Amino acid sequence: MNEPVSPTKTVRQLLLVVVGMFGFGFAMVPLYDIMCEITGFNGKTAGPYQSLETQVVDESRTVTVQFLANNNASMPWEFRPEVRKMVVHPGKMNEMNFYVRNVTNKTMSAQAVPSVTPFNAAEYMHKTECFCFEQQELAQGEDLDMPLRFIIDQNIPTEVKTLTLSYTLYDITEQVELAALSE
Amino acid sequence: MSAVIEEHHHDDHHHGPDKGIMRWVLTTNHKDIGTLYLWFSFLMFLTGGVMALGIRAELFQPGLQIVAPEVFNQLTTMHGLIMVFGAVMPAFVGLANWLVPMMIGAPDMALPRMNNYSFWILPFAFGLLLSTFFMDGGAPNYGWTFYAPLSTDYAPPSVTFFIFAVHMMGVSSIMGSINVIVTILNMRAPGMTLMQMPLFVWTWLITAYLLIAVMPVLAGVVTMMLMDIHFATSFFNAAGGGDPVLFQHVFWFFGHPEVYIMILPAFGIVSAIIPTFARKRLFGYDSMVYATASIAFLSFIVWAHHMFTVGIPIAGELYFMYATMLIAVPTGVKVFNWVATMWQGAMTFETPMLFAIAFVILFTIGGFSGLMLAITPVDFQYHDTYFVVAHFHYVLVPGSVFSIMAAVYYWLPKWTGNMYDETLGKTHFWLSFIGVNVTFFPQHFIGLAGMPRRIPDYALQFADWNMVSSCGAFLFGFSQLLFMFIVIKCIRGGKKATDQVWEGAHGLEWTIPSPAPYHTFSTPPTDMKEAHG
Repeated sequence: MNEPVSPTKTVRQLLLVVVGMFGFGFAMVPLYDIMCEITGFNGKTAGPYQSLETQVVDESRTVTVQFLANNNASMPWEFRPEVRKMVVHPGKMNEMNFYVRNVTNKTMSAQAVPSVTPFNAAEYMHKTECFCFEQQELAQGEDLDMPLRFIIDQNIPTEVKTLTLSYTLYDITEQVELAALSE
Repeated sequence: MSAVIEEHHHDDHHHGPDKGIMRWVLTTNHKDIGTLYLWFSFLMFLTGGVMALGIRAELFQPGLQIVAPEVFNQLTTMHGLIMVFGAVMPAFVGLANWLVPMMIGAPDMALPRMNNYSFWILPFAFGLLLSTFFMDGGAPNYGWTFYAPLSTDYAPPSVTFFIFAVHMMGVSSIMGSINVIVTILNMRAPGMTLMQMPLFVWTWLITAYLLIAVMPVLAGVVTMMLMDIHFATSFFNAAGGGDPVLFQHVFWFFGHPEVYIMILPAFGIVSAIIPTFARKRLFGYDSMVYATASIAFLSFIVWAHHMFTVGIPIAGELYFMYATMLIAVPTGVKVFNWVATMWQGAMTFETPMLFAIAFVILFTIGGFSGLMLAITPVDFQYHDTYFVVAHFHYVLVPGSVFSIMAAVYYWLPKWTGNMYDETLGKTHFWLSFIGVNVTFFPQHFIGLAGMPRRIPDYALQFADWNMVSSCGAFLFGFSQLLFMFIVIKCIRGGKKATDQVWEGAHGLEWTIPSPAPYHTFSTPPTDMKEAHG
């Protein structure tokens, strides 16, 4: 050793690295979300849309929006879009419904999670109202028309002619009960 | 080993070890702890090996013969976990304990009591992990990569024990690596600069930094799983706004550096052995150090090459493909230097050298199949096939495991004072060499033909090569009993080893008597000319 360094100091520095990296592991969660939101990777759509600029209806072109409804593996509910597809003008407000029915004989909670393909179109799908922003609780046999209001951004790249909005419906009854218990 | 060291104690004025079992429980001596680590890892190697033979026995023929599919999943998962965390990593830590202080002229590790704790956590961690076999729902069955939601929503109840076991292993590894770093940075003999350290010390220093950087991330990811399972959070649960793909990102951010944690010390070992038996200095010492550091740096920025098929945008796929291929450059430098060291050397082929040369050749084959897998478009075909299995077994078995065996043969005379039986050693080498290649080479073929990994049954077209592979696995597996026999025989006696042991060996550890006294370098060495070969 040329210049003596105290081992305690080295240990302290290394422990800081350890704590820092443990924190970094958790920091990856928001970082990942931000990455996905900025880039639209993964087809993630943003929360309720607040218009930053006035959307002008572009009558000169149309975009086809397809709707998909999927049930997650263990989800027994009936779940489908009211229409399979819509042809819309960018900048115009559109409205449609998804139909959902609890076919089981018990009260259940559900959460729909959206995804848009192609990924680079995700950031142009603005939802002003969506059932995916909240959880649904339905009693046995109950059904519901869940509204969706969206605007396709006027700046959507012209090469995007069709985009698909897909929802997966998850059974979250257990999580809701667990959360209620812990409160 | 103990018998020899105690014998030595009688004709030596140094303070010797305690008597009886408490010597091992309470020891703070780096040599004792190194021995404990090595025996523990050998025990885990056999445990994981038995699971591997269970897997290969089931795959001997198509159809379900020996184990139920659920059990098969538990076997593949536990085989991976045990071999990675229980066999390879502790073996390298054991070698670090034995060798790092002796190579840098230090009397012991910097933090001896913590050293004791970091070892003794391990038997409990693996006891906990293995106990899951006897629980309701069985052991972890979601693969060693434990992807969510397989390891959260669909996991057996034993997953909680798995999580705590991983936490314990993480604590052990972090403590061990802090110890290694502090030892190397603060306890080198006076006058030894960083660039005079033997490469094994260098590679371990870099490995230890990798460990403290990524083991906390692993601890983080299992903590998130724990919270998802028991505290109703939704880190990886899409229904609650989380994302299962996030799991893979966090896991592989740990997982890829982890892969290099298991190979960098092997580079150090081979860089010590080849110069000895080629009777030349290591070619390109400086470039070896820089190459190791480059590999360590690159390991942090290539993780998504494990996830090409999850739906990454094309720009991401291209970036991760090129970054991954970049790793071949520093690795190529290393292989070149090893070959250049042997070039025109006066080579002899004792057992450690045989293992080291086999390492260079077979690890390079594993590296090449890694390059193939790095090509994104073809990875879509290779992903999750036996080609991947062949690839990572080539870098881990004839890579890491061969290097550990080479190290044991190379330093065993220093540890025990006796030479091992050379004929038996060479027999062990050839049986292992043939066994490994017969096991894993055919897996390239069945992988390219499309056989998926982690399945207990397969289409008839894969039958022949699977049978060959299983035969090789049993040959390799049972050869390791010979290894155990050779090591025990050497501990119990044999031709006395000289202090230098090998004619061409250089380094501080060869300047002390054989067997190495219980305490070495109580006064630091002064001659640094012998520091590295």
